[in-house]
Parts: sequence; C-alpha cells; structure tokens
Amino acid sequence: MLEVLQIECVRGNRRLFHNLSFQLDANQALRVGGENGSGKTSLLRMVAGLSPVESGEILWKDGRIATSGEDFRRDLVFLGHANGLKDDLTPIENLRHALALAGVKPGNAALRYALAEQGLAGVADLPVKLLSQGQKRRVALARLGFSAGKPLWVLDEPFAALDTASVRRTEAAVLTHLRGGGMVLFTTHQEVELAGAQVQALELGAQ
Amino acid sequence: MEAAAGAACRAVVGRDLLIAARRRSDVLTTFFFFVIVVSLFPLGVGPQPDMLREIAPGVVWVAALLAAMLSLARMFGADYADGTLEQLVLTPQPLTLLVLAKVLAHWLTTGLPLVLVAPLMGLQFDLPGDALRTLLVSLLIGTPALSLIGAVGAALTLGVRGGGALTAVLVLPLYVPVLVFGAGAVTASATGMGVAGHLSLLGAMTLAALVFAPWATAMALRISLE
Repeated sequence: MLEVLQIECVRGNRRLFHNLSFQLDANQALRVGGENGSGKTSLLRMVAGLSPVESGEILWKDGRIATSGEDFRRDLVFLGHANGLKDDLTPIENLRHALALAGVKPGNAALRYALAEQGLAGVADLPVKLLSQGQKRRVALARLGFSAGKPLWVLDEPFAALDTASVRRTEAAVLTHLRGGGMVLFTTHQEVELAGAQVQALELGAQ
Repeated sequence: MEAAAGAACRAVVGRDLLIAARRRSDVLTTFFFFVIVVSLFPLGVGPQPDMLREIAPGVVWVAALLAAMLSLARMFGADYADGTLEQLVLTPQPLTLLVLAKVLAHWLTTGLPLVLVAPLMGLQFDLPGDALRTLLVSLLIGTPALSLIGAVGAALTLGVRGGGALTAVLVLPLYVPVLVFGAGAVTASATGMGVAGHLSLLGAMTLAALVFAPWATAMALRISLE
C-alpha cells in the first residue's frame, strides 16, 4: 500500500540516506530507528508529504503522494515533534478543532471520554499551557482514538515524554489500529512491545 | 466534499476567533496602535483645521497600513511554532481555502475594528460628513486587501530570523496602490469630487488579491514547512 522507492534525503550538504526503499502493507508497522540526526524525522516528513524527496518516489495506493494530494491526506494521520496544540485553548477545544479539520465531528461526550481514556479528565478544561509536556503529548495522542478510519499513521516519537501507563495505552492503540488493517510508521528510542503485530525495523545511518 | 471544506474553513475561523477572544491583548494592541498613531498627528500639527483636513486621508490610511503590518507576524507565526500549521497543511482540504479562512479571521480581528473606529478618528481632523463616510467605505473595501497581501509576506518570512522587518520591506511596497486609491477616495470626497472611480479601483485590487494571494500564501507556507 505504502511504497517508498529509492528515496534520498539531503540536509545542507550532508546526505542523510539514499537508496532507501521499503514497503508497508495492511496490518504492518515499521519502526524507524537510528541515532539523533540520522534523518528519522526527515523520513517521516517526506512520507507525510511535508518535505519533497530529493530523488526517488513515494507511492500510496499506487499513486505518487505528491500528485494524489488530498486523497492521500484523507488517509493519513501525522503526529509530528510539535503537538499541534494551541496554548490558550483547553484540551477539549484543541481536540475538537483538530478533528473538525480532519472532517470528524464527535460530540462533547466522545471528546471527554477520549481525554479521560488518556487520563486527562481532570485537566480537560484547563488551558493547554498549564499542562506538563507529557500531558500535552497525551492530548495530541487522543486524536488517534478518532482516527481508525485513516489507514496510515505516521507518528514521530509518539512515546516521548510519556509515563509508563501512557506508553502502554499508546501501544494498545497502535495494536488495535494494526489489527483493524491499518499501517503505522513510527520512530522511537524506547523499547516498545507490540506483541503479535508484524513490525519491521529500519535502522537509519547504518547503511 | 464541498461541505467538508466548508466545515474545515469554519473550524479554522472559529478557532482563530476563539484564540483572539482568549488573548485580547493581541487584538487590542493593534487597535490602540492605530488609534494612537492617528491621534498623534492633530497633537503634533496643532490647531490648523485646513492642514489637518488635507493630511487626514493619508494619515489614517498610513496608520491602517502600519497597524495591519504590525499584526502580520501573528497570522502564521504561532501556528508555525506549535505545529498546528503542519496539521493545517496536512488537512485533506485545499490549502488555499484554509488560508482564506485564516485571512478572514485575521481581518475580522484586526481590519474590521480599524474600519469601525476610523470615522471617529476622522473627526479629530475635522473631516466633513461625506469624507467620513468615504473613509469608512474605502477602509472597508481596502483593508481586506491589506490582510490578503500581508498573508503572502507573512508566509514567505516564516521561520526567518528578524522576519518582522523583512515582512515590512516585502509587503509595504505592495500596499502602495491600496494606499494611493484608498486615501485618494477620501481626498476626492473631501474636495467634492466623485469617489466612484477610486473605490472601484480599490475594489478591483481587493478582488485581484482575493484571487492570487491565498494561492501564493499556500505555496509559501508549503515551502516554509519543508
């Protein structure tokens, strides 16, 4: 479904990777590893279509993502380094607006439930700027609960800043998505357990 | 499909207005900047009604330009920093439309208040009633162009150090035609000439900006995120 063919990434005058190819089918996850600066985030941003590829191609359902544009983005969830939250709004408002952009309109009860699932019931009505780093990450991750209909999840360090219980919850969300026919491309430095799922590993900077 | 795009645009406008309501200081800064700059002139020039009437259109319009300028950094700056801009670009809707929604929200929070207070400002310059009305109308037609053109500059300078000054250098020259015909309309009205020509040209510029600016802004945003 997702095919990455011989792509190359150049940052400044440094070539981070080249001739990189992989394929991701339904029910599969790809874990991208590598030391800091090896190009993990760059790779994920390329797959999401935020950065252009130097050479090579990225195909989604046999079409180049650069040309399929909106159709591709309808199938994509991207969680970047930045959480994409507005400091002045509450978690509820942030979640509601993020989902409205993606075309999902859950009711207030569903939003509260999703935040409570993340252990954020007590802070759902506080401005995000008062939340800790890990709590902000959890607000961003709450989006995943509404994203089952979007097959491709691209998650950049989804487990960063999370406590153990939240890491387990996020693993469970990823597993559920994979079982439902989804695909997950993620980076992490942590040990994560995705028992029973097909997880490929890709080590950048090792070639 | 179109309904989804409309819903996404409404979400963008709604969020920006909500943030503006939470951070009133941002909106009020622009507003009071305009009020103070315009009010300084009668104080500096002194009680010379003829002179004041003559400079009023230019002063009010230049102040509106500068106030719009001052607020441009906010249009995409915070979104760029907190990652919401990434999410906006990745939305399965045409970015051009979403940019238009951002610009609309910007105009509602910075342009519209200036338009509404402008007649009051004009009184300080002893402008006659007709000219006050023209001032209001010309600003109403012209300020959307300021937000639209400004969006291009704001998007181009995203993430650039010292972007504020650069935005001014980029955008102010593009504001010149709007200034000329906007202030020109008020002057024409104050001297008893017809204003239809000036206002039509002003409207034409806003329409042209409406067509090209969101598209150019969308391109610039994509480039700035690469």
